[in-house]
Amino acid sequence: MQIPPELTAQIDEAISHYPVSKRSASLPLLHLFQENFGYISEEAIDWIAEKLELQPIHILELVTFYPMFRRKPPGKHHIRVCKTLSCALAGAEELKTKLCAATGIACDGHGGCHGDPVSVSADGRFSIESVECLASCGSGPVLMVNDDFFEAVTDAEIPTLLSQYK
Amino acid sequence: MPAPARRTPHPREKRVVFANIDREGYTPDIACYLRNGGYDDLKKAVTMAPGDIVNEVKASALRGRGGAGFPCGVKWGFIRPGETKPIYLICNADESEPGTFKDRYIIHQDPHQLIEGMIISAFALNVHLAYLYIRGEFPLGAKILEQAIAEAKANGFLGKNILGTGFDLEIHVHRGAGAYICGEETGLIESLEGKRAYPRIKPPYFPAVLGLYQCPTIVNNVETLCHVKHIVRMGGAEFAKIGTPNNTGTRIVGVSGDVVRPGYFEIEVGSLTLGELINDLCGGVKPGRQLKAIIPGGSSAKVFRADERFKIKVKGADGALVEKEIGVLDIPMDFDTMAACGSMAGSGGVIVMDDSRDMVETLNNLNQFYAHESCGQCTPCREGALWMRKITDRMLAGGGVESDPATLTSVSNNIAGKTICAFGEACSWPTMSFVAKFPEEFAARATKPVPPPTPPEFLSQTLTGGNH
Repeated sequence: MQIPPELTAQIDEAISHYPVSKRSASLPLLHLFQENFGYISEEAIDWIAEKLELQPIHILELVTFYPMFRRKPPGKHHIRVCKTLSCALAGAEELKTKLCAATGIACDGHGGCHGDPVSVSADGRFSIESVECLASCGSGPVLMVNDDFFEAVTDAEIPTLLSQYK
Repeated sequence: MPAPARRTPHPREKRVVFANIDREGYTPDIACYLRNGGYDDLKKAVTMAPGDIVNEVKASALRGRGGAGFPCGVKWGFIRPGETKPIYLICNADESEPGTFKDRYIIHQDPHQLIEGMIISAFALNVHLAYLYIRGEFPLGAKILEQAIAEAKANGFLGKNILGTGFDLEIHVHRGAGAYICGEETGLIESLEGKRAYPRIKPPYFPAVLGLYQCPTIVNNVETLCHVKHIVRMGGAEFAKIGTPNNTGTRIVGVSGDVVRPGYFEIEVGSLTLGELINDLCGGVKPGRQLKAIIPGGSSAKVFRADERFKIKVKGADGALVEKEIGVLDIPMDFDTMAACGSMAGSGGVIVMDDSRDMVETLNNLNQFYAHESCGQCTPCREGALWMRKITDRMLAGGGVESDPATLTSVSNNIAGKTICAFGEACSWPTMSFVAKFPEEFAARATKPVPPPTPPEFLSQTLTGGNH
């Protein structure tokens, strides 16, 4: 695992935010690794633990606890569809089914579960995950593609939406 | 797909915290903020004695906007005078209660208001290191806040010797990673310490006693911290004139679900009823539909049935308390009446359901949420939340047995009050209230005969010789 110099600088900056306890930098470092490598590998867990003078289990237990961290690579573009009540009332389940069809991802109908929630398309271009409330309940159904946020998404908009992500 | 058009405030709104939200031409940078009187309240605050700011907040009777409605001044008052340990301030921007969407707009459109509120609060509480815990699903929000902090620092409002007063403060943004339980303040602190977000055992009941790194810590919601800035501007007594006694100020409510115009509104607390909110501000339920149910304060609040009646005590003309009967739509949008009617104002997230909705299906969606979000620390919640989900899953799949509604009630009754944190109540109140208020729908999906009990010769005790 190669750590690019920019990442090293970001890691050091993140650690400096926690003068009392380096352990506090665990989540920020996990975010940085996931942004750079797409997921959290075993190697990453060991590296972060060593950097923060912790045991690997202290990092692993975070990866298994916090739903945003993935242990497998997602698609090139990762789609998160909100499935909680307000979005569900606005048709989130149907939206997800349509998105699965449009991206060629097998839809399990249940929205995945904690542990292995990410389904990747055969060409690796997209992955889909059902997530709990994204806090935009007044404009459902909402979804995120990578870090971009989309509100009140209709079926008709799906092709245009996906075409922005090559 | 583009963000919905900026909306004009409804005439019934009173915009204080949301004054700049959706304003034409308003941008989140510091230049725009300064042009609009930004940081003037901080300049005023640093001329005041810190204790006086705390007293103003106490006088304002501001109640926390995160969900529990605890008086902010009282919380601040738990910091011991002459405290020798470092004191920390944490802004809880982990907005994740289903139905709640208010902090998102402050963070994205008016971040400096929050930063100014935090600086004033830190000055009042003698805090030199503060964290802004933002949920992981707001990556853009985190960037905007980091930018705002850098701008504030460059302008001398943050960092060393703020405005020449000798007061130092650093604020850092800390991103969560998708766990709802981080909204619970002691869970949040554990998470900020780099651990799993397991809420801490109480007592101490407040992190003001033992919080981050075992030091006194104040955790406040985004909206609450923004209000502090306005309290400094108008004075606590003046702030307390807005709203009703013990339910002061304005608050942001969000309406979602089956209404014509869902959205967010900043209202004077108690100034309008649930019915006015739904019918006048949101255009009522969709055409041809009837109102069926309302969750009034975020998904954890107990559901109201549209035809429910309540007996509440109100002050008569002579000042004496008289009993009055009201319907659901007559409940004022405040903390106390909402609680008197058996639910809560919570986080201000109102979810409306019309007669096209199946209540078992609706509850199942919430049960999925709570089963997923239970941190797993306490057995009643970890097992119970999942058990309730499994039952409603089975009922939806056509396998509901006659005893299911009773089992749901019994499981939920055995979670609430038996856990370390309020998630126990949060996950059991939906089940408790849905089953109690819509018994006919649950009974209709629970028709299969209860399976006969296991014959005694096959019970595990018998099979293992009674030794286990």
